[in-house]
Amino acid sequence: MADRELTFEIFRYNPAKPEIKPQMQTYKLKETTGMTIFVALNMIREEQDPSLMFDFVCRAAICGSCAMIINGRPKLACKTLTRSLPKKIKLFPLPVFKLIGDLSVDTGTWFRNLSLKTESWVHTSKTFDPTKQEERMDNKTALEIYEAERCIECGCCIAGCATANIRDEFLGAAGINRVARFMVDPRDERTPEQYFEVVGCEEGAFGCMGLMACDDNCPMELPLQMQLAFVRRKMASIGLGVKQESKVKMGVG
Amino acid sequence: MSIYQTHITDVLIVGAGLAGERIAVESASQGHDVTLLSLVPPRRSHSTAAQGGMQASLGNCAMGEGDNSDVHFADTVKGSDWGCDQEVARMFVETAPLAVREMAIWGVPWNRVVAGQRKLPDGRVIEEKKEKEGLITARDFGGTAKWRTCYTADGTGHTLQYTMDSMVVKMGITVHDRTEAISLIHDGERCVGVVARCLRTGDLRVYIAKTTVICTGGYGRLYSASTNAVINEGNGMFVALNTGIVPLGNMEAVQFHPTGMVPVWILITEGARGDGGYLLDKNLYRFMPDYEPKKKELASRDVVSRRMTQHMRAGHGVDSPYGPHLWLDIRHLGAQHINTNLREIANIARNFAGVDPVKDLIPVRPTQHYSMGGVRTNKDGAAYGLKNLFAAGEAACWDLHGFNRLGGNSLAETITAGQIIGKKVAEFTKDATLSYSYKLVDDAVKEQENRIKALVHGWNGKESVYEVRNEMEKNLMDYVGIFRNGKDLQTAVNNLQEVYHRSLKIGLKSNGEGPNPELAQALRMTGMVRLALCIAYGALMRTESRGSHAREDYPKRDDTNWLKRTLAYWPEGADLPELKYEPVKITELPPGDRGYGESSAQSKGGK
Repeated sequence: MADRELTFEIFRYNPAKPEIKPQMQTYKLKETTGMTIFVALNMIREEQDPSLMFDFVCRAAICGSCAMIINGRPKLACKTLTRSLPKKIKLFPLPVFKLIGDLSVDTGTWFRNLSLKTESWVHTSKTFDPTKQEERMDNKTALEIYEAERCIECGCCIAGCATANIRDEFLGAAGINRVARFMVDPRDERTPEQYFEVVGCEEGAFGCMGLMACDDNCPMELPLQMQLAFVRRKMASIGLGVKQESKVKMGVG
Repeated sequence: MSIYQTHITDVLIVGAGLAGERIAVESASQGHDVTLLSLVPPRRSHSTAAQGGMQASLGNCAMGEGDNSDVHFADTVKGSDWGCDQEVARMFVETAPLAVREMAIWGVPWNRVVAGQRKLPDGRVIEEKKEKEGLITARDFGGTAKWRTCYTADGTGHTLQYTMDSMVVKMGITVHDRTEAISLIHDGERCVGVVARCLRTGDLRVYIAKTTVICTGGYGRLYSASTNAVINEGNGMFVALNTGIVPLGNMEAVQFHPTGMVPVWILITEGARGDGGYLLDKNLYRFMPDYEPKKKELASRDVVSRRMTQHMRAGHGVDSPYGPHLWLDIRHLGAQHINTNLREIANIARNFAGVDPVKDLIPVRPTQHYSMGGVRTNKDGAAYGLKNLFAAGEAACWDLHGFNRLGGNSLAETITAGQIIGKKVAEFTKDATLSYSYKLVDDAVKEQENRIKALVHGWNGKESVYEVRNEMEKNLMDYVGIFRNGKDLQTAVNNLQEVYHRSLKIGLKSNGEGPNPELAQALRMTGMVRLALCIAYGALMRTESRGSHAREDYPKRDDTNWLKRTLAYWPEGADLPELKYEPVKITELPPGDRGYGESSAQSKGGK
């Protein structure tokens, strides 16, 4: 593997200049120890092509900025080591999201819209009282909420999803998971019926075709398949008029 | 006349990390029209990357019993090496518990107290009380007398930022992401907004506001090895500095984090040591107790970083192609603890260094991490030098951290300052009027248009933006690092002055059209080198050691001459900042011994 010369084929397109057709551009690079796609793309930009567009922020798989299609699969470029790939590496921007240019896509607008559609904030009638101690919560519940909240909105699940690719309004695994995060949160006072309004539809839990690419591609290894099953089962029982038990609440305070 | 979009708002906040969003929420809840500008979608902000936690003296967990705001205050002031503003520290410690509880109502899944006995890695057994079960718990962090760092597993920043952003979304606050402020618009007395560049199209835009707030985070990326996200280039600080009348405070105070992972410089959170991780040298010997018998790996960050460097200089570092490093050992914590409580660390080690911390050691070395300096403000968050301008968070020198910040006080600052300064911003904006001259705005845009044209056409020269940048990074890293001395600092200042002149002659290689990334970098470059000079020159002139500023030629803290804050101005046409000083006000705790570190009697004498 040492001393490999890597060939990068990178998608180039500027939506502001539609007269120049999308094309693949080739760059050669000598591989170094511990090289990631982050390292490689920065070297290409600094030494070969300063106009190349791509996004990185944390470069540590925490922020979700750098998802792209790497040799056919949606992945985080920052944590993809070149040594895990053959010496020919093809890079495309994520589909579904609006293209900004080259490998850069607009996930911000898409995910803000998702947050609005799923009303992804804690719905509560309580207001903050600075004189009071915090309300208690079982630590297991806290950890369970965190499990669902670990999504970094990178868009890999959406890009790999057949339904999201053909249906603009589909919430995708990120959306279903988001709803699950609030469903398990005892602080959220929404009723099952209110959740049904949000995800009990073709754009939500029932639009999924069950191909499970979301689960395969999630760089955070979130149990998206389980979350989908959880939300679907709840939605199905509400749709069928089965009475739901209310959320288990802990709390002394 | 130029053609550009103009947006008018009551409160304009540049930067949508935790500090910016908390101020937005406060201002919006008091009825103001708020616009947030952000380089990236808010949830990608560097706040998200903070893993460890947020300090607040709730005193719920067994090891936090007896904690209160006075103890938090003393820790913070000692941590700062008496360089902080004690009035600010007092407000901060009183507000932090409220900030944590408020975030709980808004949705943060803080880890909670679980009743029962628990054995700590060092063998001590502690018992969490039944009556505290379900309350917010805390973990141990460096430089604190009590366990005070509230957390959600090791995704504290993530859950805080996502929760805060959910409030921004809920309240319908306007967010313009992928938008970069490139200059402040002002008339020499008042700030009236910013000229910004859209990073989707490359177009210039104007934002006019009654109140402008800078919350753009730190400048870690001025250094070549930094734990910071790539967006942390000090933008807010240099647009303020570029006005010539807004000073930056204490820019020489730069914190190095003890455990940046070699060679990618990704941060391994202090939580790893807080939970019982050790540092080992090349002989797998645990050396920290020799230097710091009391606090060991959990002395404050500046101290641990220096001890590590000292130990490596004595020849005990592990050789590697990236220079010497040390090991972080968390193996004894066990697979279950590592894979749940320290999961992100485990993932980072596996993905970016190819090591499994359940059975392998993690290579680490002190790495640039945090900037205590920033836009100098008063205790209300109002910037010096220009009215209608505020700053908060890491971009500001409020000045909570003095010469060294304690772990867990950064997240706590963002939200607490957001709350305190947010109120002041809202109050100020109620009485402020929107008045500006068309010519002032138009001239400000023209100036930026001309800069862009000059860069694109190479009118001033053909210097490569990336070469200039590398030179700047290298000079800071090599000569303005953990240990400093007059000779090296003078070299840095001389070299950086040369780099500065080169930065004025940058010309693009690409065409600069649309959202061109080379142009974005070029527009920042002169400002970044100015910041670098503020750091290096401030460090050269400060002939003492205090907190993170460690001078080998002046190893002692000098309260007689240096109990003062550096203010760096950039006069028009200068190639060096002008430094002024103001006294640090001591209100409660007179300067004394920190109880750890090189100057402390307790840590002398080895084992």
